[in-house]
Amino acid sequence: MWWNKPVANQELLSSLPNLKVIATGGAGVDHLDLKLISSFGVKVANTPFAVSNATADMGMALMLASARRIVEGCQIAVSPNTEYFAADWMGDEVTGATLGIIGMGRIGYKVAQRAKAFEMKILYHNRSQRKEEEEQAVGAIYCKNIDDLLLQSDFVMLCVNLTPQTEKLIGKKELEMMKPTATLINISRGLVVDQDALVEALQNGVIKAAALDVTYPEPLPRNHPLLTLKNIIITPHVGGSTTKSCRLMMENMVESILATLNGLPIPNEV
Amino acid sequence: MPQWRDPANHVMAKQEQPGLLIHEIGGVDGVLEGHVELLKKHFHLITMKEFLENKKRLNEKIRSVFIHECKPVIDRELLQSLPHLKVIANSGVGVDHLDLKLIASFGIKVTNTPHAVSDSTADIGMALMLASARRLVEGCQISVSPQTEHFAADWLGDEVTGATLGIIGMGSIGYKVAKRAKAFEMKILYHNRNQRKEEEEKAVGACYCEKMEDLLQQSDFVMLVVNLTPQTFRFIGKRELELMKPSATLINISRGAVVDQDALVEALQNGTIKAAALDVTYPEPLPRDHSLLKLKNIIITPHIGTATVQATRKMTEEAVANILAVLNGLTIPSEVIPI
Repeated sequence: MWWNKPVANQELLSSLPNLKVIATGGAGVDHLDLKLISSFGVKVANTPFAVSNATADMGMALMLASARRIVEGCQIAVSPNTEYFAADWMGDEVTGATLGIIGMGRIGYKVAQRAKAFEMKILYHNRSQRKEEEEQAVGAIYCKNIDDLLLQSDFVMLCVNLTPQTEKLIGKKELEMMKPTATLINISRGLVVDQDALVEALQNGVIKAAALDVTYPEPLPRNHPLLTLKNIIITPHVGGSTTKSCRLMMENMVESILATLNGLPIPNEV
Repeated sequence: MPQWRDPANHVMAKQEQPGLLIHEIGGVDGVLEGHVELLKKHFHLITMKEFLENKKRLNEKIRSVFIHECKPVIDRELLQSLPHLKVIANSGVGVDHLDLKLIASFGIKVTNTPHAVSDSTADIGMALMLASARRLVEGCQISVSPQTEHFAADWLGDEVTGATLGIIGMGSIGYKVAKRAKAFEMKILYHNRNQRKEEEEKAVGACYCEKMEDLLQQSDFVMLVVNLTPQTFRFIGKRELELMKPSATLINISRGAVVDQDALVEALQNGTIKAAALDVTYPEPLPRDHSLLKLKNIIITPHIGTATVQATRKMTEEAVANILAVLNGLTIPSEVIPI
């Protein structure tokens, strides 16, 4: 399964009596009805490791691009109307700023490792606290209460997986708790954010900016308000999209399939 | 020492304050309005316009010049008309726009702001490398384009984690780039006039390439972090670009003139290298019909390496500290000595 296709619905599963395993590319399995698939005795495997570096890199890329206004800058550099570069055109410094990571799994932790090198102050919120050595290695401070993270962060990065608990985790209340100078970065799933609340927050300056690699749906309808805002950058769900990671994903998927068919323990079984 | 006698705290009455010549306040390339208060705390501010209208009265007062966005332009005529000028303080680290020998011949000191710029410039280097590798600008265009109906599955970028970064120029900024790149598990090669100390190399996992060729041949990303001098002028030319891998990206956060731009255009057009990401060009901005602006495999930013609220403030503060040190006969934090 690649980019969530083919769709594993009741009809398809019923028509494949010898189906043993569904291997899906990427870490997310929110597009799969796990109960339904399991009821047919079919195994599911994903590729959580293959995408983690590329996705953490993308989180950093979005944070830097947003803070330093790279996309806008590129437009100025090539615009036919540009006669000079204005001295009072500024972005925000990433070095030394506070990054709040929501979801400190594999990807979130790699983001923390990268952010530490930029001397960022790192706060994190997670279902469970990480081990002390892990926290110390990246200088991350646990915020048991998500509010504490939201109130203090200059950049809030969403690295959770999509579950019933994380759907619309970031809504009006959470956005209002963020600093008006803060930026929201989403590299998890579009549904983790209440998009209507985000539009309003960005329009009213409740938060400063957003940088999204994921939305719902993907792509957004062409008349969606998010596409008209000046203080947002959106990338087309490319967090895992590198030649190296895609190859690795394929290798993982092949390995999982072969293991299943040979009756061996299945790597990356969900 | 009473607080009012300590030079750092000594806020003099306006007439007593040493004169500081600046280009102008606000506008396209003037001193930032938000920084004026900081300057006025220590200096009697005189703009070029005021000076030119009142040379006879003001030339005695001017003891320092604050250069912002390469202005005011320092030439022999100006230096001759400022008999009490002691120091020219540049905002920013690059001083390639100043004739250091000429200024020194008048017994005037030159200072820059290396500390203020290093973090934000290192950040921009990383930002450009990531944006280029992951095709971020292109991706943003696809996301908002009226024509976009779906996101293509075969649209891929290059991985930064684990790739090889070659840093040319391992000064303060280059070293900060290395620190950041290490966290991305990059293999780091560097070329510099001198090799760094072993502990410094080990701390960032950097391997010295005495020959720039070795760095060029092995790097996936080549980042230019040198200052502009007669030795580095156009030192990345046709030969150097041909030594790079065809899959490599050139990133320039130093000065445009360090690269032979015509050779770069050709290299990008012919696939000699894969892509380029430039924060600096010559001139800035490029003429609107320049070939670099037409290429698909390049991103250019408008010299924003230090364009953050924090960095610009620090630059002004560092310049002020340098000026005060010179005028008070104290050790100068960042004096630039002509070689």
